[in-house]
Amino acid sequence: MSVLVNEQTRVVVQGLTGREGGFHAEQMIAYGTKVVAGVTPGKGGTKHLNVPVFNTVAEAVRETGANASAIFVPPPFAADAVLEAIDAKLPLVVCITEGIPTLDMVRVAAVLRASKTRLIGPNCPGLISPGKCKIGIMPGHIHRQGNVGLVSRSGTLTYEAVDQLTKLGIGQSTCIGIGGDPIIGTSFLDAIKMFNEDAETNAIVMIGEIGGNAEEVAAEYIKTHVKKPVVGFIAGQTAPPGRRMGHAGAIISGGQGTAQTKYAAMQGAGIHTVQSPAEIGSTMAGVLGKAAAK
Amino acid sequence: MKIHEYQAKGILAKFGVPIPRGEVIFRKEDAKAAAEKIGTPVVVVKAQIHAGGRGKGGGVKLARSPEQATELAGQILGMKLVTPQTGAEGRIVRRLLIEQGLDIKRELYLSILVDRAAETPVILASASGGMEIEEVAKEHPEAILREVISPAAGLQSYQVRKIVFGLGLPAEMAKVAEPFLQALYRAFLATDASLLEINPLVLTGDGKLIALDAKMNFDDNALGRHPEIAEMRDLDEETPLEVEASKYKLNYIKLDGNVACMVNGAGLAMATMDIIKLAGGNPANFLDVGGGASAEQVKNAFKILLGDPNVQAVFINIFGGILRCDVLATGVVNAAHELKIKVPVVVRMEGTNVDKGKEILQNSGLNFTVAAGMKDGAEKVVAAAGGAR
Repeated sequence: MSVLVNEQTRVVVQGLTGREGGFHAEQMIAYGTKVVAGVTPGKGGTKHLNVPVFNTVAEAVRETGANASAIFVPPPFAADAVLEAIDAKLPLVVCITEGIPTLDMVRVAAVLRASKTRLIGPNCPGLISPGKCKIGIMPGHIHRQGNVGLVSRSGTLTYEAVDQLTKLGIGQSTCIGIGGDPIIGTSFLDAIKMFNEDAETNAIVMIGEIGGNAEEVAAEYIKTHVKKPVVGFIAGQTAPPGRRMGHAGAIISGGQGTAQTKYAAMQGAGIHTVQSPAEIGSTMAGVLGKAAAK
Repeated sequence: MKIHEYQAKGILAKFGVPIPRGEVIFRKEDAKAAAEKIGTPVVVVKAQIHAGGRGKGGGVKLARSPEQATELAGQILGMKLVTPQTGAEGRIVRRLLIEQGLDIKRELYLSILVDRAAETPVILASASGGMEIEEVAKEHPEAILREVISPAAGLQSYQVRKIVFGLGLPAEMAKVAEPFLQALYRAFLATDASLLEINPLVLTGDGKLIALDAKMNFDDNALGRHPEIAEMRDLDEETPLEVEASKYKLNYIKLDGNVACMVNGAGLAMATMDIIKLAGGNPANFLDVGGGASAEQVKNAFKILLGDPNVQAVFINIFGGILRCDVLATGVVNAAHELKIKVPVVVRMEGTNVDKGKEILQNSGLNFTVAAGMKDGAEKVVAAAGGAR
């Protein structure tokens, strides 16, 4: 198993003929992902990277049986691209685009919640089930197939954590970058629930950031529902309040969303918290060692 | 992005939100004419800076004549205004808003922002006008009214009534509050605001609702479609190095430590600050050079970091993945040569051709230390900056 993506995943890339979309689609294909279609309005009927291009997502789905979308569309048009993918009834939509206006995402969220589509992102690196399927921009080679599920709001910090795990011989079932924006399709809670139910996932890493209360909400669920060991880290312990730390969602406002409150919630839920970002892998190794010894 | 109170009021007025009559001035010589034009027996002289708590710092004063307005304008313009939000360094006052005095019966609080959990705009209201909402939230969370607005249906009349009754206003005020709140909500949506705060909202003796103060922040991601708002940016209100960094599209926030860091990705940049602190040092900044970390961006980032005189060592932490480390290393070396960098630089990088990259750094003849990982890098850079403090 693994969650959300596997060998059966067939991907349509929205923005395939663009610079970003083209580059990363090529990397995804090289990793073994089945990229079956591209969408660029006006370029329907052509081929790019030997992949057929369509004018609309609906047409791409109809013609190729795509069941997931990867969106590499510039920010002013990205909300529209997500809505088009929802309209085409794709079960999974991964939006990589960074910089989508928040009120655009308010509109998307309203439609999304009334649909059956699962959205990952926006402003995220995507997700990967190592050895099976990668939808996103993460370097595939640092991953290793295994049984740890990883969920994170960040991009390169996720790679750092994955790299630590892999170097310690700990493989991953699925790694999900949920994105650094204030409004995102899939929350920590959603991802944790999926990992909790996945037979192949034995342990979970959760990498949060300052801002909002999504980590606290997930911790509350973990406390009562999750028996699998969870290792948690929060970036931004030294961040000043009121300043947006790169990600639109990473901001301490009104005294809420601090690393301290998030760590307290995680510790209260029995999560193995890590203060140093360099010790995420080793902490998981220790936890798994203990679990094996039981 | 933030704007001044007078600019926010200008925007709100266009959407039909009632505001006091007022004039913005940049010189004290203009205060008298402004006060005379407004013509009320009392005018208010308000310092315009991008921080709250101005009254507490002596930046808001009442004048009972145009002459007194001139005198107060002379005192406030050019003063270093220190408020609970500016920090000890304060802000120089360069602009004043002269406004009509009002017959205030009650002061209320009103704001609109996007609720992350509800994924919709929400109106917050409280009867404690003039107080900071964070304080009210801490002391009396039950005193804050919260109305979630459906993005499809918009603000409804029953919601306005809930707010009116919740604030203890007489029933007939719903007729006044409805157009006020609808105009406010329209302004919020139409400008892609991230925060619209009216504190205080005042009820006047003659039964009007007027936005006595106004604060608007905007979604940086949406500024591209609001050029008229982007133009309102006041660079005097921002840290010079941050202004410089924004020209290069670098995400930089100055902090007060002495260990500079240059990182690709916001999450990793925050984590790098954290690990510097754990190693006993103090980060001088947050800096995200972007996922790609191109040679040009590395050079620009160096310029910004070294513009901070407190910096005693630099930590470059790049997790490239697909990025080629030899190209990155060459970029770092060239930038260091060109900018004649004297401070020690510790580099930690991961990605393709990482060994070749390390070789380039070690053979550069410059003051580079190559680190084996994040922890090693943090310890080395803190030592290079003079050790833990």
